[in-house]
Amino acid sequence: MTPLLDVRNLELGLRHGAHAHRILKGVSFQIMPGETYGLVGESGSGKSVTSLAIIGLLKKPLQILGGEIFFEGRNLLALPRREMRSLRGNRIAMVFQEPMSALNPLQTVGRQIAEMYVQHRGKSWAQAQKKAVEALASVRVPTPERRVHDYPHQMSGGLRQRVMIAMALACDPALLIADEPTTALDVTVQAEVLKLIRELCAARGTAVLFISHDLGVIATMCQRVGVMYAGCLVEENATRELFVDPRHEYTRGLLGALPKLGSRGLHGRQRLVDIDSFIADRSRLTDTRFIAPRGPVSGEAGS
Amino acid sequence: MNAPLLSIDDLHVRFPLSGSWFGRQRRMLHAVNGLSLDLAKGECLSIVGESGCGKSTTALSVMGLQEPTQGSILFRGKPFSGPQAPSRMERAMAAQMVFQDPYASLNPRQTVWQSLAQPLRLHNVTARSELSDRIETVMRSVGLTPEQAARYPHEFSGGQRQRIGIARALILQPEIVVLDEPVSALDVSIRAQIINLLLDLQEEFGLSYLMISHDLSVVEHMSDRVAVMFFGQIVETGPWSAIFSDPVHPYTRRLIATIPDPGAVLGLGREVAAEGPAQAPAGWSFADDGSSAPDVTQEPKPSELVEIAPGHFVRLSRS
Amino acid sequence: MKLGFNLILGGVLTALVILAGLLAPWLAHFDPVLDADLMNAELPPDATYWFGTDAQGRDVYSRILYGAQISLTVGIVSQIINTFIGVALGMSAAYWGGWWDDIVNGLTNVMLAIPSLIFALAVMAVLGPGLVSLLIALGLTNWSWTCRIARSSTLSLKSLGYVQAAQTLGYSDTRIMFTQILPNIMGPVLVMATLGMGSAVLSEAALSFLGLGIQPPFPSWGSMLTDARQMIQIAPWTAIFPGMAIFLAVLGFNLLGDGLRDMLDPHMRTRKL
Repeated sequence: MTPLLDVRNLELGLRHGAHAHRILKGVSFQIMPGETYGLVGESGSGKSVTSLAIIGLLKKPLQILGGEIFFEGRNLLALPRREMRSLRGNRIAMVFQEPMSALNPLQTVGRQIAEMYVQHRGKSWAQAQKKAVEALASVRVPTPERRVHDYPHQMSGGLRQRVMIAMALACDPALLIADEPTTALDVTVQAEVLKLIRELCAARGTAVLFISHDLGVIATMCQRVGVMYAGCLVEENATRELFVDPRHEYTRGLLGALPKLGSRGLHGRQRLVDIDSFIADRSRLTDTRFIAPRGPVSGEAGS
Repeated sequence: MNAPLLSIDDLHVRFPLSGSWFGRQRRMLHAVNGLSLDLAKGECLSIVGESGCGKSTTALSVMGLQEPTQGSILFRGKPFSGPQAPSRMERAMAAQMVFQDPYASLNPRQTVWQSLAQPLRLHNVTARSELSDRIETVMRSVGLTPEQAARYPHEFSGGQRQRIGIARALILQPEIVVLDEPVSALDVSIRAQIINLLLDLQEEFGLSYLMISHDLSVVEHMSDRVAVMFFGQIVETGPWSAIFSDPVHPYTRRLIATIPDPGAVLGLGREVAAEGPAQAPAGWSFADDGSSAPDVTQEPKPSELVEIAPGHFVRLSRS
Repeated sequence: MKLGFNLILGGVLTALVILAGLLAPWLAHFDPVLDADLMNAELPPDATYWFGTDAQGRDVYSRILYGAQISLTVGIVSQIINTFIGVALGMSAAYWGGWWDDIVNGLTNVMLAIPSLIFALAVMAVLGPGLVSLLIALGLTNWSWTCRIARSSTLSLKSLGYVQAAQTLGYSDTRIMFTQILPNIMGPVLVMATLGMGSAVLSEAALSFLGLGIQPPFPSWGSMLTDARQMIQIAPWTAIFPGMAIFLAVLGFNLLGDGLRDMLDPHMRTRKL
């Protein structure tokens, strides 16, 4: 099977005249059709800029310094701007962390969803409006025929994130990029939104690139996980293997630093791992990496 | 049992909603509805709940930053709120607070030394040698070097700033420290360091923590007792082990069940007993199962906290 | 930090005005008031009288230099008064809230509704013409924007951790305002004060032009324009040079204010990753 998304040795950063400051130092990973792939890392590890590079929304002064991003066989980095625009929202869609800033506050959510059908599917506004109601229903917004007339500020954070998901999935993209989609939400709402993304994408066969700092969320969502540190992918493995048997020092430190639910009841209160005492020299962390050989991807769902 | 250090009794906080200035009665937002809690010397009591449940308002009331509408807060048996409340200066010696956002909790125009020396001077520590001594000690105890005190906040990372915030809370040697989401703005690895630090400091100085958090795994790790809040009321409170291994109230169970915890998800470690429908004790029912948001402008339905096991209370109403 | 074009040009123009005012006694060729000589009246610019002479035969160049002193005095003093009133009202209103906030808000809205020049005219009418009344009039009538800015900045700071921490550490309200809030709202307030200097210079010129400000024979740019009015046909230089001086000074203050705003704007700063 050929991968849907194939990121090869991606380098990106700032360029000051002759010398460049690299933020991503050669990141490579692949996502199969229908697969949910997680990128996990702390702030500044480069996980978010990776997703922006894929969807072509990198902001100046950041720029691509090297590498290739193949999507459905085409190198996105070499694609003309026009073609990239028609791909974006259509074949590759994105859900952001803060739905309030990603939605237009002056348009009803119905119109914003309908716009996707008009833009990418050439539907008339009347047809698109009908599709928008269906789309809202599909993300389980109660009374969708009334809610399409709402403005973003009239909705709760959880509902707004559902609207974002409805917009993102409107054109049946092959790849959904979800960048910390539930970080701004309460835990019980987060659980519902995660479930929604998982079920909708599984039903439609949409591949997901899921970005989060939360190891728990990653474990819930993803079949395979890449751990990023300081602009490098330091470890990649199937979710279960990664959590049960972390091979890289940094991953081990990260998992040890996490208070685990129920562990105090079993083992008493154990001191959390201080990653700095665990790893003597952080600068050497990116020299080593562990990328697990790809096993059969079939249905190893992490749910 | 010893007399509690801090005792909150029937705390109510209401905010007027905008509009209707004249004539009609103003609608009130019921942020906290009859909350009662005791904090013992040296323990860590956590208040958990989702945004808008009133946990932060409760913390602000304890700190004197929010005047309670009704009810009392006592510190060592003496009023800590209302007309007989102590002055700001006396209050400062009793309770201090660590804030959530390390980037907003330090004055960008003061060096760390100034931020730490000012409160000391205010409390009559003026001798230069004593000032330096105390600042040096507190910097060391939060894991920073005394030399770093000469720097401005922007020269520090988020984790270091949180250490400075903790140092500032400890500089007057208070008995109670209110922790308002102390680690939720930090990265995982930094979070572990701050949690370890807070636990060390608690042991070293015999501090009493009142922690506000929505992160249940942190709460389970740090707390002695836990109170679960839902829309201004405590729905369940008890020792940490009872709340996490034997939760009774449906809202508590749902909260625990929805945490994306890698161990639980992948079937590693122990399953938390939060599955299955909640069972109310015979003769009682749950006043509110926490499945939908109640109207926050109304008084909640009558209900009471019932002790179902020693120290383990659940909000129920008679059926 | 990169300095903007506005900041540099504004700074240069403002520095020119300040230097002109400070060094007027050395730079001027004649006394601005006493060296009146009707024999030399209305001479066009030449090597002796760089900007020509006015109807009384006084050197326009020298009068403009001394006029800078008046413009600067008016600009600086009136802005000190404005900033003081605006910050005191705005900061205290936001910090304490409640009825005090309502009163300050109402007052600010009233001040904003009345054109400040008309208000200043009314104050001048009561106090009578002269430099001191001019300073009072301009100082009392232009604080509303400063007040608004101080109020909104204070409101956003009030909920920040370090202000709350100061309260829990036992600081008094006034100490919190002076040590925690004031230093952190000075940026936008300074920008307002700089922009306000420009409008104060303009208002001074306007009031003096109407005969209410600086009284003859003292040289103010506004009153020089008044004098020049009758002979703009025969001696246009008497109007052009004071006009240019006003234009450049106001432009300078405004550019400096804009430049400062850009420099202090957090969005323009690069944040560490």
